[in-house]
Amino acid sequence: MCGERDYTEFRYGGDATKPRPVHGSADRRAWHDYVFLFDNPRGGHREFWQHVLGCRQWLVLERDTATNAVGGARLAREGASQRESVIK
Amino acid sequence: MRRYSFSNLAWHALTGGPWSRAWRTPEPKSSYDVVIIGGGGHGLATAYYLAANHGIRNIAVLERAYIGSGNVGRNTTIVRSNYTVDGNTQFFEYSLKLWEGLSHTLNFNVMLSQRGQVVLAHGPAQLDVLARKGNVMRLNGIDAELLDRGEVMRLLPFLDYSSEARFPIWGGLLQRRAGTARHDAVAWGYARAADALGVDIIENCEVTGFSLAKGQVSGVETSRGRISAGRTAIAVAGHSSHVAAMAGLRLPIESHLLQAFVSEPVKPFVNHVISFGAELFYISQSDKGGLVFGGHIDGFNSYTQRGQFPKVQEVAECAVALMPSISRLRLLRHWAGIQDMTPDGSPFICRTPLRNLYLNGGWCYQGFKATPASGWCFAHTIANDDEHPLSRCYSLDRFERGGELDEHGIGNWTYKQ
Repeated sequence: MCGERDYTEFRYGGDATKPRPVHGSADRRAWHDYVFLFDNPRGGHREFWQHVLGCRQWLVLERDTATNAVGGARLAREGASQRESVIK
Repeated sequence: MRRYSFSNLAWHALTGGPWSRAWRTPEPKSSYDVVIIGGGGHGLATAYYLAANHGIRNIAVLERAYIGSGNVGRNTTIVRSNYTVDGNTQFFEYSLKLWEGLSHTLNFNVMLSQRGQVVLAHGPAQLDVLARKGNVMRLNGIDAELLDRGEVMRLLPFLDYSSEARFPIWGGLLQRRAGTARHDAVAWGYARAADALGVDIIENCEVTGFSLAKGQVSGVETSRGRISAGRTAIAVAGHSSHVAAMAGLRLPIESHLLQAFVSEPVKPFVNHVISFGAELFYISQSDKGGLVFGGHIDGFNSYTQRGQFPKVQEVAECAVALMPSISRLRLLRHWAGIQDMTPDGSPFICRTPLRNLYLNGGWCYQGFKATPASGWCFAHTIANDDEHPLSRCYSLDRFERGGELDEHGIGNWTYKQ
C-alpha cells in the first residue's frame, strides 16, 4: 500500500495467532483466553500492526522477539492472521 | 553475619583488612522446603520474609545470572503510594511503610530518600483527577497535598511556566513521603539478610524445567541438577511467561521493554521526584548528580533489552517540554529492561492452578516500589498456601471474576497500560 515507511508511523496491535471466538459466542472461557492470555514467546511471533499515521491498514508481521529481526508482512484482511507456520 | 554498625566501621578503619562477603556461595542441596526461582528484589525479599516472618529457613533462591543483574538494577528507583484503585492503594502504602523501616530491618542502608513526589496537572480537569486521587489517598491515611500553580512554582521553580509552555502547569499533587531508594542496595540488603537467616542464594543456576506429576509441582530441573522442593515459587518478572510455560501454564502477561536514562552529573537542583502530567514521564536527580528519568514502554513485546531510538526522542522531548534548562545536558547512559505487562497494569501474587506452585509477576511499571510488600505478601502466600489479605486482589483468575484493577482505565491492552 504505502511501501517502506518509518517505524514510528506504525502501532503494535497484539498477537495475531489467537483464534477469536465466533461472533455471538457465549463461551466465557474461550473469550477469557482470547482476550487475556498470551503465549508471549521468546522467538518467533506473528502480530498485528496498524499503519496509524498512513493508510490505516492493519498488517500481520512476522518478528523474532529475541532479536527484533523482522520477517514478512501481509495485509491482515487477506487472512494472514490464522494460526499457521509461525516462524520459529 | 557481622552486623554493620558505627563501631564496626571505626574498627575496620583502624585495623584495615577486607570486609567479609555479604552472603555465602553454597552448592545447591538436593532438596529444600521452598525453592524460589529468581534472585531479583522480589525473590530475595520473599526468601527473607519466609525466614523472618514464617520461620521457614530451608530455602533456596535460584538466580540464572548474578544478584542485581536483572530489573532490580534496571529501574528509576522511585518509591511512592499514590494509587487510586482499591487494592492497589492499600498494597502500595503497606510497601512504603516497609520501605520506611527497611534499612533498620535489613541492617543495610538502602538510602531511602523521602524527597517527595509531585504529579503535575496541565489543565483544570486533570487537577480534578488529582484532587480525587489525593482524597482517596487521605481517606486511606496516606499523605497527599493538592498544590495550585503558585505552590508548584515555589516548590519547582525550574519548570517551564512561560506563556510558550506547550503544557501549562495548573497545579499538582504532592506526596511528601514518596522518594527514591538505592536499587542495588535493596538487592544486596535482602540477599545478605536472607543469607544470615540460612537461605541458600545460588547464583548462575538456571531453571530448565519443573518436576510435575498429577497437577503438583515437586521441584525443578536446573543447570546444576535436579532440586526437589516442598513448594516452588516463580519470581522472574520480565520472563514469567516462559518459566510458567515450562509448567504448562499460559499467563495474562506480555513482555515489553521499558527504557531508562541517566544524564551527565550536574549540581543538585531537582530536589523531588517529578511526574509530568501530559505524558508518562518521571524524573529525579541521583546522589551522584545525574538526572534519572524514564517514560512509556516501547510499545511492542520484546526480550531484547535494547530500546528503540524514537522512544529516546519522545522521552527527551518530554524532558525539555517540562524543564527547558536541561536541553543541553548529554545522556550518559540509557538501557532497557524487560517487564511483564498485564491486561490491567496490575501484578500477580498468587497460587496457580498447579499445587505447590506459586506466582509472583506481572509487575508492569511498579515492580521496584512494590519490592518489600511483594516479598511480604508472597511469603505469606507460600507459607499458608493462601493469599495475603493485601494481595488477594492480585490473583491469577481476577479477569474471569471481573476483578481487574485497571488503575489508568485503559482496558485490556498490555501494550497501552
